[in-house]
Amino acid sequence: MTLYTSRVVVPGQRSQAWKRTAVNILYAVGLPFLLLVLWGIWATVSPEKFFPGPLVIAEAFIDTWVGPAFFVDVLPSMGRLALGIILSIAIGVIAGTLIGLTRWLRELLEPLLEFFRAIPPPVLIPIVMLLMGITDAMKVAVIVFGAVWPVLLNTIDGVRATDSVMTETARSFALTRGERLRYLVLPSASPRIMAGVRQTMSVALILMVISEMFASSSGLGYRIVYFQRNYLIAEMWSGIVLLGLIGILLAAIFSIVEKRVLRWYHGIKEVERA
Amino acid sequence: MPETLLKVEHLKKVYESSTGNVEAIGDISFEMGSGELVCIVGPSGCGKTTLLKCIAGLLRPTQGTVELDGRKVTTPPPNMALVFQEYGRSLYPWLTVRGNVELPLRHKKLGRADRDRLIDDALTAVGLDHAAKSYPWQLSGGMQQRVAIARAVAYQPEVLIMDEPFAAVDAQTRADLEDLVRRLHLDRGMSILFVTHDIDESVYLGERVIVLSKSPTWVQEDLAIDLAPERDQITTRALPRFTELRTHVYEQIQRAKRGEAVRSAG
Repeated sequence: MTLYTSRVVVPGQRSQAWKRTAVNILYAVGLPFLLLVLWGIWATVSPEKFFPGPLVIAEAFIDTWVGPAFFVDVLPSMGRLALGIILSIAIGVIAGTLIGLTRWLRELLEPLLEFFRAIPPPVLIPIVMLLMGITDAMKVAVIVFGAVWPVLLNTIDGVRATDSVMTETARSFALTRGERLRYLVLPSASPRIMAGVRQTMSVALILMVISEMFASSSGLGYRIVYFQRNYLIAEMWSGIVLLGLIGILLAAIFSIVEKRVLRWYHGIKEVERA
Repeated sequence: MPETLLKVEHLKKVYESSTGNVEAIGDISFEMGSGELVCIVGPSGCGKTTLLKCIAGLLRPTQGTVELDGRKVTTPPPNMALVFQEYGRSLYPWLTVRGNVELPLRHKKLGRADRDRLIDDALTAVGLDHAAKSYPWQLSGGMQQRVAIARAVAYQPEVLIMDEPFAAVDAQTRADLEDLVRRLHLDRGMSILFVTHDIDESVYLGERVIVLSKSPTWVQEDLAIDLAPERDQITTRALPRFTELRTHVYEQIQRAKRGEAVRSAG
């Protein structure tokens, strides 16, 4: 039977797939495009100084960001953002695993963690600035201080929730500590960890901008505030559009990584739904 | 009786809790020889799982000792493998079937080729060589339990301990899996300690059936099953001797449930 089914040729399947992709793209782009058109018409009918039309902003976008500003402001900002996210994830997962697996450490640190998490990170900028100066390190430190919490707390919870039968299995086969971590504890916590990473990334983007708004002389956040203060309204809006695009880029990277890491998890969910 | 492999002596387990102590196991003693297939059967709630966990070194007994190969068991011994009832929670869903079977072998000092041979051999033995690249959750319940058995077989334990492994699969799959256990025992000479609440299963599989009393548990009877080693789901179960034995065990369990059996001193 399998022999026959594998030989069956389904005509038109390819064009069908293309059609579906085209429809999906149309759905994804449709509403933003419609809004842009409406906005364009609105801006032409009643021009406003603070809300220029999309074409004006697009023009300002190319003039402002395509060129030296990309290397002076955008790339360094994104570099700090990437470093901040990577450090947050690394610190969060390592510390979270340690705290989650060590009972006394958890009981010792829990109140402290709650306290530090509750502090809005921007208020620390002046202090960190005094301690570290207006440097890249200070900006990365601010990002990490705010963005580490979702990963850290989710890792603690995820590591603690390891299934008891799975743990007994590991014990009965005398898995080493490293093997248990690599093949049991971390994979079983990975759905929680990834949920934390998603939040961490959006917090990091916010803090990247804010860390550059104080006493800075370059960076995306600094540029946007600069344009605002100098009434370069179209340029300011183009900076905000750029931030949105960076957010989309981050989400896309996350979704690719998540699909790979949590393939098994989504697979189970699919089986359960079927 | 062949050389003693597993020796349980005066095992007692009391669970302590704030609402009072619960004596799960009163006093259990038995021995199991190398190459035997022993079934443990008892009324529900008689502490079968507690007993197994103590034997496997996962739980510390309150009193008494467990010896495997003359060595006292305090932590899970390396020459013992377990198959749990909850196959869904005992296999790791992020690993493929092959990855699951391979996992316990990683820290054994084996060459790549030896390890691969063990895995292939174990998967073939349970009839899953075609599914090595699948994930456990893509398989049926019976197949998942086969993966767990393959993992235990590849580990090359001296004794295989199975805790109600087929309680959660359907009747037909169960018959197949029972025959698989018989075959592993006969073809590979594996020593197997099989815990079940199913009386027919215990008589069909075992060479000895140990009947436990109700909690606090002791060994109510140690019964030799004098059926031929080659067993068959249809013919063996139709034998008059099979019926006699299962009736006998059934009556023992009923007595155990009612608490009628009186323990002889010693």
